[in-house]
Formats: sequence, C-alpha cells, structure tokens
Amino acid sequence: MTALGDPTRQAIFERLVERPRPVGELAGELPVTRPAVSQHLKVLKDAGLVIDRKVGTRRVYQVDPQAVADLRAYFDAFWDQSLAAFRDAAETEEKRDG
Amino acid sequence: MVDQQEQSGVAVRQSIVVDAPPDRAFTVFTQRMQSWWPMESHRIGGKPITDLVTEPRAGGRWYERAEDGSECDWGRVVAWEPPARVVLTWEISHDWRPAPEIRTEIEVRFTPEGDGRTRVDLEHRGLEAFGEHTAQMRGIFGSDGGWGGLLKRFAAAAGGAG
Repeated sequence: MTALGDPTRQAIFERLVERPRPVGELAGELPVTRPAVSQHLKVLKDAGLVIDRKVGTRRVYQVDPQAVADLRAYFDAFWDQSLAAFRDAAETEEKRDG
Repeated sequence: MVDQQEQSGVAVRQSIVVDAPPDRAFTVFTQRMQSWWPMESHRIGGKPITDLVTEPRAGGRWYERAEDGSECDWGRVVAWEPPARVVLTWEISHDWRPAPEIRTEIEVRFTPEGDGRTRVDLEHRGLEAFGEHTAQMRGIFGSDGGWGGLLKRFAAAAGGAG
C-alpha cells in the first residue's frame, strides 16, 4: 500500500462503486492495458476494498460492501458528533441574543 | 437496495432539529463554525487554529486560520443561498491533510419547522473519492484516536442538555 491515491486505481474503484464489472470492461473504459487493470484490482483486493466472483468464464469485481459500510460509518459518526455540537451552539446563541 | 448509491455514489445523510430559526442556524453553521467544530482534533494544517472561515459567496474559499495567521484551504463554496442552503467541497484526506485530489461535497439545507425551529439536513457525498484511502480510514475508525467524542456527547445529553 505504498502507492496510495494512484489515479488509475482511484478510477477503477469509482467505477466499481457504480456497479460490478469484469476486468475486460474496465480495461475498455480506461487508458490502460488489461494486465495493468488486473494488477490494480489485485492491490484493491489485497487492501480489502473489492471482492471478486466467477461468473461463467469471467471474473467480476465489485466493491466490498463492508468497505463502503466502514467508509459511511466513519462519516456518520463524524457528522453525528459535529451536528450535535452545532445544535448546542445554535441554541446557546439563540437563547443569549434571541 | 435503496437509492443510496445511485445519484451521488457513496453518501451519508444526517438530520437534526435545532431550537433556533433558519437564519440563526445558517449563520452559526457557516459563519461561526469555530463555536461548534471539533477544532482540536479536526484541523489540517498541523498548527492550532483559531478560525474556520467560509467566504459568503459561491466560488468563495473555505479555510482554517492558524494562531500565527497562516491559512489552509479545506475546499470551496459551491452554493451560497442563505438561509436555506449551502454546498461546500471537502478536499481533505482521511488523515486530515489538504487533499485537492479527494474532492467530496457537503450540502446542508435549513428548513423552517415552526415555533422558531429549524430542521438541518446534511449530506456528505461522493465519498467514493476516498478510494483506497478507505482502507486507512478503517484503521483510524477502529483506533482510540477516533470517535471517543461520541461518548462525551452521550454523557452531555444524559446530563440533561436535551
């Protein structure tokens, strides 16, 4: 995980958020070769961000739902805490001035 | 599956009702952010900050100002419609550093609820831009440097603030 933020991997991940895709389709949409796409997918898979399954003769990749759940949990917790603090601040000002 | 990932990719949505009218809520949210933002833990420039500034216009900057006067951008103002709505970009990495390559978006709507109250709906969307950083974020989320603040909030609520 030394090359965090590689733009191609970023693009692959974002496409997989839209819907599951096979390697060939990703390679067709991006300016990189199929082996390069496979290599990026391996990194994403090792990082626990995507999972794959066999459909007939093809391998289809999708975002790991757990990774997306973790991402959302992170920001849910952040905004839960911050909006509560915001409410307290707004109500304190309202009582003082209003 | 619900519509959660259709229009805006990966998003979180939260709402809260505040006992203050929309103009007040809008002002506190956008112009007095330092009164509620967890600035000790959530800042990006590496120095203690004194202000969070949102320039009051579309296209304006959104930035933190440190004690020594230096400024560090958090993103941009996309929409500025007081007292109803504001949209900001959030160009901050999972480990709280400036990251223009990770561009997510926050939309906040302020709706009158009657009796001088306001419902505040917040959406933070485009989170898929974090891509592989998600893996790093999971580590942060699970660590004790994460969201201990939640417990404080519950403690405050239990103490009768609500």
